[in-house]
Amino acid sequence: METLLHTIDFSPLFLSLKSGILATVLTFFLGTAAARGVMRLNHRAKSVVDGILTLPLVLPPTVAGFILLFLFSLRRPLGAYLWEHYEVKLVQTWLGCVMAAFVIAFPLMYRNARAAFEQVDVTMIYAGRTLGLSERKIFWKIIVPMAGPGLASGTVLSFSRAIGEYGATTMLAGNILGKTRTISVAIATEVAAGNWEVAGFWVLVIVVISFLMVVLINLVSGEGSKDFSGWR
Amino acid sequence: MALQVNISKKFSGFQMKVEFEMDGGCLGILGASGCGKSMTLKCIAGIEKPDKGRIVLNDRVLFDSKKGINVPARDRHIGYLFQNYALFPAMTVEDNLGIVIPGKKKEKGPVIDEILQRFQLSGLKKRYPSQLSGGQQQRVALARMLLSTPEVILLDEPFSALDGFLKDILQNEMLEFIRDYGKDVLMVSHSRDEIYTFCNQMVVMSEGKSLLQGNTRDIFQNPGTMEAARLTGCKNISAIERLGDYELYACDWNIRLKTAERIEDSIGYIGIRGHTLIPVSQPGENTMKIRLRGVTDTPFERQVIFHNGEESDSKQIWLIQDKKEDIPLFIQFPKEEILLLS
Repeated sequence: METLLHTIDFSPLFLSLKSGILATVLTFFLGTAAARGVMRLNHRAKSVVDGILTLPLVLPPTVAGFILLFLFSLRRPLGAYLWEHYEVKLVQTWLGCVMAAFVIAFPLMYRNARAAFEQVDVTMIYAGRTLGLSERKIFWKIIVPMAGPGLASGTVLSFSRAIGEYGATTMLAGNILGKTRTISVAIATEVAAGNWEVAGFWVLVIVVISFLMVVLINLVSGEGSKDFSGWR
Repeated sequence: MALQVNISKKFSGFQMKVEFEMDGGCLGILGASGCGKSMTLKCIAGIEKPDKGRIVLNDRVLFDSKKGINVPARDRHIGYLFQNYALFPAMTVEDNLGIVIPGKKKEKGPVIDEILQRFQLSGLKKRYPSQLSGGQQQRVALARMLLSTPEVILLDEPFSALDGFLKDILQNEMLEFIRDYGKDVLMVSHSRDEIYTFCNQMVVMSEGKSLLQGNTRDIFQNPGTMEAARLTGCKNISAIERLGDYELYACDWNIRLKTAERIEDSIGYIGIRGHTLIPVSQPGENTMKIRLRGVTDTPFERQVIFHNGEESDSKQIWLIQDKKEDIPLFIQFPKEEILLLS
């Protein structure tokens, strides 16, 4: 075991955590904002926009990866534009890991946020308006705190999904040790190379992190919730 | 303060059409549940948008469908007390009040402390709404609304969430606070008692339409229309045939009645309030022999339900009497208490 730990390159762990955290931050703000935007649409527009935003959740990650590659490849207009004007490259880079994780985790945040907003009594919004508060203040000071537990569990869920992302990541960011090889990519690589011990180690790491995350969700969303003793 | 409202709106299959004016004091809108009272308030506050019409507050046009004016709720300066008070649950009392006050946190402190004291809420600053009693919640909501310096206050069924004893105390308390601040009030209620007690002016609403507006006491004394009579609590209403200038036949009760007031051609109904009927022991003018149908006791009075004793198919009539009195054999309809209704 000792020798195993000495031979392992820990860069996938840090890479996973780093890109997972950044992707989660992005997901939190954009997912919350998207949920707010969708809440303001009429029913028909809502169904369509919701469908688009939820798509990454139901698509195979390789399909999402393909689309990302199609958009951000240096040979495509958007990818070329970003590279020429901002020297930003997503293919085969760490940013690609973040982008892939973000796209896959986004629907989890968005859907949780929306469900949480739907639970908020609209009279709170009306009250805020008649009291002369701005829409922005109503949203961030009144609605978001009321939707707190739902937003928190959405965030934790997004993070767990983001650090475990594999399919879209390999397609967009590839598998470069120390640069784009995250834990889940490392597991596949090690297994392919027959290094079962190393792969097993990474599996253990992911299982522990994910388990802790789920427990955390239960703790944050269980607070102040209804009395379920009748189920016992 | 002057408020003119003339709006119409179609919603959930019925047409609302409301027209009234107020120039201060307390105006009450009386109507049955689901008649569009709350929707009217929401349109005035800017929460809902009417299809057509005009709303003017102190010469400021808030809504005008012809000119395309629709001032957002936040700029209308209209206070709205929601039925459930709409306190922000994730905020303490202090923050619920503070969010309304413009400026820095430091400057808010003294303002909050002062209003808490005025509303007898000192010491509850750090509590959350769920930790307050119904009365305390109502006071916080009222204080919060007054901090937003509204030009008029709208109360949506303000006392329906409260029960018995508490209700009586809070009603008085709340109106005292509002009077202290010199604010005018527009309230909607399905309770005629509330409207009668607190509003000097009233509007009667039925099925989305405002029927009439006037001095509260006058309307209770002389409702004028059948719907208004019913809404102001008159249970005994009968269709009539006019027999002369001062005589009619009440078709539902099968009785000829003389009136003190002249019966105009527009009159199609009469009403008489249960407590104005006089129990008597022998027949006479405007008097009916009764056949008892049933008796219900409330804590302090008795309701006697009866039919015309000589006509088997006559509709029932309610008499309200003191519990100490005996159930009579005859009932007299006093001339001057008969309400002539169109």
